[in-house]
Amino acid sequence: MEDNSVILDVRGMRVAVRTDAGEGPVLVDDVSLQLRRGEVIGLIGESGAGKSTIGLASMGYTRRDCYIVGGNIIFGDTDIRAISMDERRALRGPKIAYIAQSAAASFNPAHTLMEQVCEASVRHGVMSRGEAQAAAVQLFRELDLPNPETIGSRYPHQVSGGQLQRVMAAMAMVAKPDILIFDEPTTALDVTTQVECLAAFRKLIREHGTAALYITHDLAVVAQIADRIMVLKRGKMVEFGESRQILQEPKEEYTRRLVTERVAGHAFADANAANAVPILAIEHVSANYPGKPKVIDDVSLDVRKGDTVAVVGESGSGKSTLARVVTGLLPRLAGDVRFNGVSLPPRLKDRSKDQLRRVQMIYQMPDVALNPQHTLLETIGRPVAFYFNRSREEVRARVAELLRQMDLPETFITRKTSELSGGQKQRVSIARALAAEPDLIICDEVTSALDQLVGEEILRLLKKLQNDLGVAYLFITHDLGTVKRIANKVAVMLKGKVVAGGDTATVFAPPYHPYTQLLLSSVPEMRPDWLDEVLAARATGQATTAALLRAP
Amino acid sequence: MRILGYKLSVTAQVGIVVVILNVLVALFAPLIAPFDQATPVGDAWADPSPEHWLGLDNVGRDILSRLIYGARMSIGLSLVITALSFLLGTITGFAAAVAGGWVDQFLSRLVDLLLSMPTLIFAFVILSVLGSALPVLIITIAILDSTKVFRLARSVAINIVSLEFVEAARLRGEGWWWIVTREVLPNAIPPLTAEFGLRFCFTFLFIAALSFLGLGVQPPAADWGSMVKDYRDMINFGSAAPLYPAAAIAILTIGVNFVVDWMLSIHSRGQGEGA
Repeated sequence: MEDNSVILDVRGMRVAVRTDAGEGPVLVDDVSLQLRRGEVIGLIGESGAGKSTIGLASMGYTRRDCYIVGGNIIFGDTDIRAISMDERRALRGPKIAYIAQSAAASFNPAHTLMEQVCEASVRHGVMSRGEAQAAAVQLFRELDLPNPETIGSRYPHQVSGGQLQRVMAAMAMVAKPDILIFDEPTTALDVTTQVECLAAFRKLIREHGTAALYITHDLAVVAQIADRIMVLKRGKMVEFGESRQILQEPKEEYTRRLVTERVAGHAFADANAANAVPILAIEHVSANYPGKPKVIDDVSLDVRKGDTVAVVGESGSGKSTLARVVTGLLPRLAGDVRFNGVSLPPRLKDRSKDQLRRVQMIYQMPDVALNPQHTLLETIGRPVAFYFNRSREEVRARVAELLRQMDLPETFITRKTSELSGGQKQRVSIARALAAEPDLIICDEVTSALDQLVGEEILRLLKKLQNDLGVAYLFITHDLGTVKRIANKVAVMLKGKVVAGGDTATVFAPPYHPYTQLLLSSVPEMRPDWLDEVLAARATGQATTAALLRAP
Repeated sequence: MRILGYKLSVTAQVGIVVVILNVLVALFAPLIAPFDQATPVGDAWADPSPEHWLGLDNVGRDILSRLIYGARMSIGLSLVITALSFLLGTITGFAAAVAGGWVDQFLSRLVDLLLSMPTLIFAFVILSVLGSALPVLIITIAILDSTKVFRLARSVAINIVSLEFVEAARLRGEGWWWIVTREVLPNAIPPLTAEFGLRFCFTFLFIAALSFLGLGVQPPAADWGSMVKDYRDMINFGSAAPLYPAAAIAILTIGVNFVVDWMLSIHSRGQGEGA
């Protein structure tokens, strides 16, 4: 019997910040949705869109200093706003369960997985420990976890990130809740792992007929799992409709931009001056951390003037270590790193000021890459003063010029970096790197901490700066979409070795290296049928990361 | 009531009033005190009277005046010692964190050595050998105290040094002086300020304890710890004399702690945001 009754009915939900200074900004404004049993609704939007706030408010919770100030939230026949905190707590777990982004932060490292998976159900008195354990093992099996009978006796650090995320889903499902709330559950995972988790989540939801809210910023991910999608922007609903309709015929301009940014690739960067002396030549470099096995092994790579060379790989592939070797933070064990034909000293402190100036770095997290106590003038002006020995007025003029180049208002010059948004901070990072007038900029996952549209703007800015200034980029990323758009050469890394390399067009065209193919096929596409196709292809004996790692 | 945009709790308001009053009394002691701290003005142990509100002490000095001058000595001494210990502790702590390697090992083990000896006993030995002159007292306690500041400054700085903006400065080729003063220090101010308040209290109590044992501030200068010592026997005769300085110690300590709690709560709130 299909029960299609509405299980969660949200009407006109409003959530606002309220402090002793009075009512602050409204985080969620007049959002309504009806979630039926067995249905999955995707909530999509950039950071600050209010999607997580809606997820929490659906359980009757808010963040500190935030309050649900309007609307009705009816779960089954219970008005969540009308009941006490204790009653809400009783709902959470047995009736509504929440799956957070970072499983690693949600598990207590001192207890076994099984203890934590069963804890809530036993504590709420929903079932006995024995029943809960039996249900958990069954769920581990359904989620395709290895050794479902024994994995529960392991500790969180003994399983991989993707497995932990699935164990968290099992934890949420043990008490057989009516609603699951997924809050960016695959965002922190590698693409190949993400596919496995998505498939497991979808199977779980379908088999149990559980209703779910799936919160993510990635439209292609939500397309695989949601029946309907709600697009949010600054706390307001932009568009709400069937997944296919949202993806194929978006009605609103904002949705259209989200959909097209992902589909449209930029033209390949042209490889110019192919016979010039490379700016950076990495020759058979190996490196390790003291007392550990080699993290990168016999890696060779050339970067020429105006090149964008992408180093791709999953976490642990050694791509960031390669950047540390080039900058001298980690001395190389063997091989050579030449800059404009001259061998660079392995250690940072042995390099000359000029050598340091010519290689600059942009980091993944602009929040920690900029000193929060410094103003933009200090941040961007320091390399100018440090390397070029300019007067105060000259430094100020140069900083103003750089801000203009970054499309940042000149009035920001006196602001502290902590007062800027993520995208603005990343622009400041770029300006700081350019202030040194480098030949090469190493970009370490520069867009992965940013929202999709903001990340696009940063990429476009980097491209424009390259055209104007001829600076070369060494682009470290796990995002193949970025690679295809910006890089003219690519090196695919696996287990510390470059397994495929060359012009982007060649590497990303058949015949592929099996690992390149795995990576490519794991990038979610904006078609609801994508996941099915991938899973079907994998079932017919395609390579997986695990198999490739085992290969000699 | 708000300060710097932060709401003040009731305890924080009480704390701030207590601290300000104490500081004012210490600053203007000669103007406020009705009598001199060292000159006898009547019979020993005279009862409180309209002229001498808290009575006279063992040699006939005005207890209220000694209490007021004592504030000057106790608070001033604690401030000087705490400031000195912070100067020493943060510089060495930051140096250990930024330089790492053998510098860190050497400084950390030296501090372990000092910490392994009970502070009071160690201070006894030094003060007995070198005498209780004020400079000796100040330097001895400052060095002992700086070991605790070192520990905090080092751990705070190690967290900051691991952030990428410090790595960016290193990659730029900055020297350790720039990294310590421009990158680390501005970000370490909040936890260090809170610690300053706490250490001030400990120093203050430590001086009181030393004075009570006779090794701290020497007569005829008044200080609250030695006043408790001098007057303690009078409790047997129903006099409240030792309770006044004891109460002054307790009130100031509690007041400073209230302020410190408030500063710590601001700091932790600032950290919690955005998580």
